[in-house]
Amino acid sequence: MRNLIAFPLLGLAVILQSSVVSQIKLLSGYADLPLIMLAAWALQERVKSAWHWAVICCAMLSFVSALPWPVLVISYLAIVFVAQALQKRIWQAPLLAMFSVTFTGTLFMQLFSFITLRVLGTSLKFGDVVGSVTLPSLLLNMLFAIPIYSFMRDLAQWVYPLEEHE
Amino acid sequence: MNSRSLQTTIVILVVGGILALALGGYFGSASRQFDLVLIEVQTWISSRFLGFQEFFTAPRDIVSLRNRNAELEAQVSQLQTQVIELQQLTSKTEILAALVDFASSNPENTYKAASVIGRDPSPFLHYIIINRGSNSDIRRGMPVVTNQGLVGRVDAVIADAARVQLITDPASSVNCFLQNAGTNANALGSVTGDVTLDMISQDVTVQSGDLILTSGLGGGYPADIPIGQVVTLRTLEFELFQQATVQPAVDFARLSIVLVITNFHPVEIAPLVPQTSP
Repeated sequence: MRNLIAFPLLGLAVILQSSVVSQIKLLSGYADLPLIMLAAWALQERVKSAWHWAVICCAMLSFVSALPWPVLVISYLAIVFVAQALQKRIWQAPLLAMFSVTFTGTLFMQLFSFITLRVLGTSLKFGDVVGSVTLPSLLLNMLFAIPIYSFMRDLAQWVYPLEEHE
Repeated sequence: MNSRSLQTTIVILVVGGILALALGGYFGSASRQFDLVLIEVQTWISSRFLGFQEFFTAPRDIVSLRNRNAELEAQVSQLQTQVIELQQLTSKTEILAALVDFASSNPENTYKAASVIGRDPSPFLHYIIINRGSNSDIRRGMPVVTNQGLVGRVDAVIADAARVQLITDPASSVNCFLQNAGTNANALGSVTGDVTLDMISQDVTVQSGDLILTSGLGGGYPADIPIGQVVTLRTLEFELFQQATVQPAVDFARLSIVLVITNFHPVEIAPLVPQTSP
């Protein structure tokens, strides 16, 4: 039942991403709100439902985006995997883990999107992509990482109270 | 006559004399002086009383003034909200009026107006989402325009929404016609949102500012829809074709309402393209 909160929250995140965040551009890049939320959620120690969240997030984004759905599925599942692996290893520095997951997740997703679109025949120049899309998006994702991590930590404490957890 | 009667007589005479003098107007100046003194005294007493009254009732007035001020501030913010709403309505009405003008000046097409409600979440792709879908007879491949020029074409449709691929998308390719040079070319999008012209023949002279229209070749778009203007031309002798950068006619950052041309159906020419035999 606790996983049900993923539907309104991720739905809101996808709507905000499509209607607001995608308009706040730095060069040609913008932040990826669902990616950061997913990374922050997967880094919470009490959360065991990050994989479900990744699947729900992919389903919602596939409905809106023209990006091929395997790109979304593989990228978001990889982000959850990296986040859970890091959470077990550097649990004493959650912000460092958050920055690491956001950084690697953004780079992985952008690189994977670039390769897939090139394979599908879209004309993309690597220099343009790195300079105008990847680096600005990376910067914006890192800026959004801290406030979203705080929000998701509070949400995890609310969804999984400590007494019940122990 | 005793002394008491004498006193009474004198008093009566004095009072009668004073009355006679007063009735005769001989006390006018003295009366005015007396009035002035009375008025001065009354004014002084009255002003002191008002001062005391204000001193004791002032706190109550401040409270009522604060309440009134809060009411007025609430009213001002409400009016400001109304002003912003009206400005938005005015802006929307202006856009709609321009679109209606455009539609009436191109009666050969039938249009469906739609609002832009979102953009693609991926920065690699340039797509918009509009609030009209198959319930409004929108179909895949239909061209999307504004009164300024070509926006793109419908890429995917659901019941009440559709996704439109912009001409700035890196996967977009539009066959176009350079009006002044009288030659065909190909308008390509890019990940940065710039539009470039490719496949311009080397023996054609293209000027900055030349108008670019859709050619209608390939059956993907109707002919003669403005795309933009040539900004700069790049000619290299060792290349087969010239290239040009384009200033699009449409401001893609401010798209809010678009028109879908519903009576145009794209032609599928793939079966007509000759296949190379192995």
